[in-house]
Amino acid sequence: MQASRSEPELDALRRGDETAFVDVLRRYHGALMRLAMTYVQNPQIAEDVVQDAWLTAIRSLDSFAGRSSLKTWISGIVINIARARRRKESRLVSLASVFTDYADRRRPTVDPSRFGGDGAWRELPRPWENVPESSLIGKEMLGRIKSAIDELPPKHREVIVLRDVAQLDATEVSNLLGISPENQRVRLHRARAAVRKSLEEYLS
Amino acid sequence: MVELMTDYLEDALSARDKARFEEHIAGCDGCSAYLEQMRTTMRLAGRIPDEPIPQRLQDELLRVFRSWKSEHQT
Repeated sequence: MQASRSEPELDALRRGDETAFVDVLRRYHGALMRLAMTYVQNPQIAEDVVQDAWLTAIRSLDSFAGRSSLKTWISGIVINIARARRRKESRLVSLASVFTDYADRRRPTVDPSRFGGDGAWRELPRPWENVPESSLIGKEMLGRIKSAIDELPPKHREVIVLRDVAQLDATEVSNLLGISPENQRVRLHRARAAVRKSLEEYLS
Repeated sequence: MVELMTDYLEDALSARDKARFEEHIAGCDGCSAYLEQMRTTMRLAGRIPDEPIPQRLQDELLRVFRSWKSEHQT
């Protein structure tokens, strides 16, 4: 069990620091909304989920042991509430997802026709180094990434949202989702590969 | 090779596989370009602009936080 870590932000909230609270609300909102939208598609319901998660968090501030970061903790609450909102569907999905993980490990993420019989690239990926940083982080490109993530299957989407968008660490994400580190990596890999592909299509 | 990229980036390969992976990447333009693209993809995913919290929601949550605080301090 990880020792409770000292987190200045959490301490500030426990002291009742309103500025710190508003700052955390603002910084986490985008990532929490995207996470909620992984489970419930309606933005209004997603917002309700995020709101309920904060209400739960405020009530539990004193009892929270601080074994994970504040962001991981609130993400976990969002996941629980969002899953409860669509319990019926998630029961149907959960069994299928077991098979998805097995199948995922075998299915290639890059079109096999891009490799020759010797396994070497037939058509090399064009390096993006010559794409100016300003276009990479421009509105269009980031919009493209956002839609590529939105189009992923939920199991892949939740992992990339937690890892690359919200930037939580691998162990925290495996624990949050209750999946093995290996399955976490398999899903992350498929998610990143699909988003990369979509960017490649966009840039070519 | 491309299927090992995330295991490599997550530092989940054995020392031996990691060395072999790096040796291959050093000599393969396609795989090194692909690896860089994966890194860029991760970096850009972290730059997606955040949807701002609606004022109404922020006010409501702040109100609850304040009442928690006042109960807490009495």
